[in-house]
Formats: sequence, C-alpha cells, structure tokens
Amino acid sequence: MITRRGFLAGSAGAFALSVASACGGVSSSKGTSGSGASKGDTGALSTQGFGKPDDVGQARIDAFKSAYPKVQLTINEGDFDPQQFLSAVASGNPPDLVYLDRDLVGTYAAKGAIQPLDDHLDAAGLKTDIYRPAALREATVDGKVYGVPEFYDTRNILMNGKALQAAGLTAADLATTDWNKLHTNAAKLYKASGGKISRIGFDPKLPEFLPLWAKANGAELVNPDGSPNLSDPRVIEALTFALSLVDEQGGWSKFKAFRDTWDLFGSGNEFAKDQAGAFPWEGWYVNVLVQSTPKLQLDTVPFTDKQGKPLSFSNGSAWCLPKGARNPAAAVNWMKVVTSTDTWLKAGAARQATVDKNKSTFTGLWTANPAADAQVKAKYVKPGQTGFDKAVQNYYASNEYAFSIAPSKAGSEIKSAWMDAVNRALSGQQKPDAAMKQAQAEAAKAYSAVK
Amino acid sequence: MAALTTVIGRRSGGRRSANRRETRAAYGFIGLWMVGFLVFTLGPMIASLVLSFTDYNAISSPHNVGTANYRQLMSDPKVSKALSNTLIYAVMYVPVAMAVALCLALLLNRVGRASGFFRTIFYLPVMTPPVAAGALFLLLLNGNQGLLNSTLHLVGINGPNWTTDTAWVKPGLAITMLWGVGGMVVIYLAALRQVPKELYEAASLDGAGAWMRFRRVTLPMISGALFFTLIVQTISALQMFDQAYTMFFGGQQNSTYSNDAALFYVIYLFQQGFSFLHMGYASALAWLLFVVIMIITAIQVRVSRRFVYYEGERD
Repeated sequence: MITRRGFLAGSAGAFALSVASACGGVSSSKGTSGSGASKGDTGALSTQGFGKPDDVGQARIDAFKSAYPKVQLTINEGDFDPQQFLSAVASGNPPDLVYLDRDLVGTYAAKGAIQPLDDHLDAAGLKTDIYRPAALREATVDGKVYGVPEFYDTRNILMNGKALQAAGLTAADLATTDWNKLHTNAAKLYKASGGKISRIGFDPKLPEFLPLWAKANGAELVNPDGSPNLSDPRVIEALTFALSLVDEQGGWSKFKAFRDTWDLFGSGNEFAKDQAGAFPWEGWYVNVLVQSTPKLQLDTVPFTDKQGKPLSFSNGSAWCLPKGARNPAAAVNWMKVVTSTDTWLKAGAARQATVDKNKSTFTGLWTANPAADAQVKAKYVKPGQTGFDKAVQNYYASNEYAFSIAPSKAGSEIKSAWMDAVNRALSGQQKPDAAMKQAQAEAAKAYSAVK
Repeated sequence: MAALTTVIGRRSGGRRSANRRETRAAYGFIGLWMVGFLVFTLGPMIASLVLSFTDYNAISSPHNVGTANYRQLMSDPKVSKALSNTLIYAVMYVPVAMAVALCLALLLNRVGRASGFFRTIFYLPVMTPPVAAGALFLLLLNGNQGLLNSTLHLVGINGPNWTTDTAWVKPGLAITMLWGVGGMVVIYLAALRQVPKELYEAASLDGAGAWMRFRRVTLPMISGALFFTLIVQTISALQMFDQAYTMFFGGQQNSTYSNDAALFYVIYLFQQGFSFLHMGYASALAWLLFVVIMIITAIQVRVSRRFVYYEGERD
C-alpha cells in the first residue's frame, strides 16, 4: 500500500518543479568572433537549418567542396530549430552558419544572435548588388546586412483548368482585380453536399497570404521603419474580404478540415482529385505538380491589385553568421559560393538530370540572384505542357515586381501577432477589426521594446 | 547485571555500526540521483528564479528589471487565455482518464493468466513518442475524413471538426491523450491485486452486490493509488505541451494555423522563451505555473484527507 508520507514527499513536488527548471538551463556566454582561418580555406565549417539537401542543395554543397577542399564541412540536416540554435549560441558552441527564413533575421539581429556581415562580405569581395533588392532588404537591419539571401519565393494564382471549364469560367474570371466578381466566381467553383465540402472554389490562403491581400488594397503590414501597421483600415478591409471567401465556402472549421485531407505532394493532389478550384501559391509548387501530375490541366493568372496591376510578395531563406562563429571567413566563402551564378548553373544542371531521369519538365529555379535565374532559364527551361509553361512564365515575371515585407527588429513578434489575429478571425473568436487592433497593440508593444 | 549491560552495550554498538553501514549504503544509492537533482533540476530552478527578475534573452547578459516580468504577466491577455485553456483541459482530461484507466484495470484484474499480455498491450502506447502520436491523431480526428468521425457516421452521428473547431479542440486533445492511460492502468492493477480477498468475501456474506463491493471495498482500498494518479495526472495536464504543440504549433504548416483554443500555458511559455527570446519573461511564466500547481496540489492533498485510506495510519 502507498502511504501518505511516502508519496507526498517524493512525487508531487518533483513533478511540479520540472517546468520551473526548464527556463534556467542556458547560461550566457561572451561569444567571440573568433579569428579562425583568415582566408576561410581551411578549418571546420558547420551549418544549422539547411535541412536535408535535395538535388539542387547537393549540387551546391559539391560546388563548395570542390572550391574549398580543405574545409571540413558538416551539414546538420535538421530544419532550423530556434531552441537548438539559441542553446548553441548561448553555450558558446554555435554553428559557423545558420540557415533561416529571412523574416526572422530582424529579430535575431536585434537580440545579437547573428552578426552583421558587411565587413566580412567586403573582405571576401562579395558584392551584394548581385541579389534582388527585395530579398536583400529583408536581410538588412539598420542599414547593416545580416544575411545573404538564397531562394526567392513569389506568389501567383494556380487553377484547376478542368474545374474552370466545367463551371464555364476562364482564368481571368478568378483574377483578384474585381473582388465582387471573384466572390461570385469562387461560389461557382465551390462544391458541397450533405454538409461536406467536396471542392473549394477559391482558397485565399489565410493567414499566411494576408500581406498580399493587404497590399492589393494599398497597405503594408510593416512600415518601412519596421513598426507594425496591422490595424490600418485597408488591412482590416482586406482581411474582411478574404475571410468572407472562406465563410461563404463552408466556414473555417469545415474549410480547413477539408483542406487538411489534400494530398499536396502526391499524384492524388487536390487538382488531380478536383478538390480545389484555385489558390495563390509559391512557385515551387509548380515543380511539385509537374512531377506528380505531369498531364494536369493547370491554369494560372498573376495576383493583381484592384487596379489590375500584377502584384506578388516574396520571401525566402538566408545564410547568416551566428554570434561566436569560429570560422567566419569560411562561412562567408560558403555564402559566396552557394549563391553565385556559376553554382546556381550547376544546381540547374543537377535539376535537369533529375528531370531527365523522371521524364518530367524543368519548371525553373527561383533564387535571389537574378543573373543566375536568367541563365538557368535560358539554358534549361524549355516549352512543354501549355499550362505549366504559362505558370513558369508568370513566376519568372513576378520575380521582377514582387515586394517583400519590411524588416523589423520585432519581426517575429509582429508576424506572430498578425498570424494569430487572422486565426482568431478565421475561427470566429474575434471580428477582423478587433483581431487586428489587438494584434497592433501586441506588435507595437514588442516593437517599442526593441526599437 | 554488569555482564548483561556489557552484552546489551555490545549488541547496541553492533546495531549502531550496522545502521551506519546501511546509512552509508543508502547515501551511496541516492547520491548519484542527488547530484543529478542538484545539477539538472534545483540548479536550473534557482537560475530561472533569478532570471525571472531580468530581461535575459539567451544571447546577451541579463539586466535586472525588478518585478517587471511579473507585472507584465498579470496584464498579458495571452497568459489568462493560456491558463484558462490549460485548466479547462485538465478538468476535462483527468477525471475521464482516471475512469477509463480504472475500467481497464478492473477488466484486466479479471483476465487471469493472460493479464500480463494485455498489460503489455495497454502499456505500449505510453512508449510511443508523443510527436508521432500527435501526427497520427491529426489524421484520426480529421473532421472530414478521420476514422473517429467515419465511425460516428456509421451510427448516425455527424462528428464535429475536432482539430479545427475551437469548441472541440480541447475535447479532441483529451481524447488523444487517453491513448497514454496505460501507465495508470498498471498502477491501478497493482493496487487492485493488493485488496484482501477476505474483504470481498465478508461483504458478499453481508449481502453486498457487485456495485456495493466496488464502492465500499474496492474504491476505499485503492484510494491511495487513485489519489496518487490524481496528483500526477493533474500536474501533467497542467504542463501539457508535446502533443498539443505537435498537433497545432509544431511544423511550418501547424504553426501557421495555430489556434488560440490550443494555446496551453507551457506552449506560450515556450514561444516566449524560444521564438521571441524573452527568457526572463518565460522564467516568470514558469514560476507562476509552479505556484499554480503547488496551490492546486495543496488543495488536493487537503481534500484527500477525507477520502483517502492509508493502511497503518488510520485507527
């Protein structure tokens, strides 16, 4: 039998204490820049956040190894993990490179977890004007460059051609220029029976594409100085409209439950199974679709503002130098090599080999290096299936006019605030204006703390 | 008399020596655990208490901010939201989990020789990583095509959207967590095996039916085990993290569609600490939870005096 004294003394306290101990395990460290190998052609080089490289990633790793054979490269294959990264930096054992989303750069720069790169880039002879301005803007804080941009994702509207035909619609009928018309035509594509959705007509991709809807209505979520602009009436109006598309297609709860059943990456994807009419999406998804369903009747139009001007927003990844990185010269050499035009051409060749092997179509590489994109396109992107060709052209075109969200030292908090707000509005917990006003208050507080 | 005193003295000295040896052995056995406790639990706890009065961000040196973090958490609407979500979930989950575990243990207690096999079967889910279980249950609980709703549909019930409807997120999670009641089942089964058979025989002779025997004999005799699991499960529910994080906040997709209805206290603490680098504030959050847990545990202990039977402590 268990006695009172025995277990009271032993168990309850120990269980209760475990959370309190969770926040005290990381000590501060002074973190030195570390001289390392001055030319960066020897020594160890470790990365965090690069994930498991695909053909394009592996080709670039090979390019670096070929250029710097004496550098001992260690690729940590996990995706970027804030806890792992911060613990490593705080304990004085950071990786030499960290690979993260550009919208995180402001927050990590403000906290001192990553270093400005300007001096290192100058020393390595790496000119930042080779990168797209929108991408470089995201990785620049207070005029200092904290990240070298890598990929460049833009958005266009992808459509299920068969569903459009069946509904008597054309691609132009689902343009975002006329919101009333979009409403009407989304309803024509939407299908449900017995309280269950069988096809979503138009998915506005909330919450993640709110910046696009807001910009289409003339507003940006973050001001150029990095302060939040979440309760701007134009933002609220854009959210209200995008939300109404969801509400009129079953409401968020049913809408998302149905969307969660899509086999996004397989041959039974939402277009192949006629579960989706249209949605804005990043360019990489064209490659997924062409690999899994090469005979798909794909259609596409650019996302536009209310005046019909094409509009897209961009984001992507960046390579950064953690505080205390021991081999910064080699790290910057890595940044230089893996984002250079020559290396992207090698990556293009690797992708072409994969495409040939799979008897598929090359749908392009979209990077932050426009010269590389142009050369890869000229060398490898060939006409194939009409719908995919049109999509590829749209994504290449959107690279030229896409905007990026202004960087902010409270970037993570601001993003979290508006994403949470949209989720509250989607789930009906708050009206759009109340949700965005709360988000503005949260984000403004975070911004004023780091300004 | 003197000889007797000498003999007693020698025996007493021998006993003292044996006691000292046993004491040394005992310290030897617990020493390593004590070191682990001091280094990995008590030390970090003290550090977190100190950090809760600073603006520590894990990268730079901490600066003293007095009680600012504690004042901030009192006015932070997300703290009250996360705390209420957590308490509601605990109230939902703990009684149901205990009832399910007790039912399974009662069934196992009747199985006889095959009980070892079933015990293992019931315990296996406890060994499943919570992340894998979370991903699995996202599929099973999908409102559109999930197994649970498909089964409910067979009996004419239109199941809710467990993972996307804010009203059903916490019940859905509570169902998910029932997956791991195997640990409690084992504890209850051990307690049931120790209930003296004579008590059931005497109750039967007095005309008690199955329900009365369960209510008047079984429940009091296993009340210690029930109370133990109540405390442990309550604390565990108040620290809910891994499964909810995996299902609603973990991956890129899930974090995009994060749901305030699943914002549990420790998830919010984790976000503050590791997404926004507010380690000082996260430490204050941890200590608030510690206080809440200790208050709830103290109430449970106090109330238990009326209901829990401890053999050898009652007249």
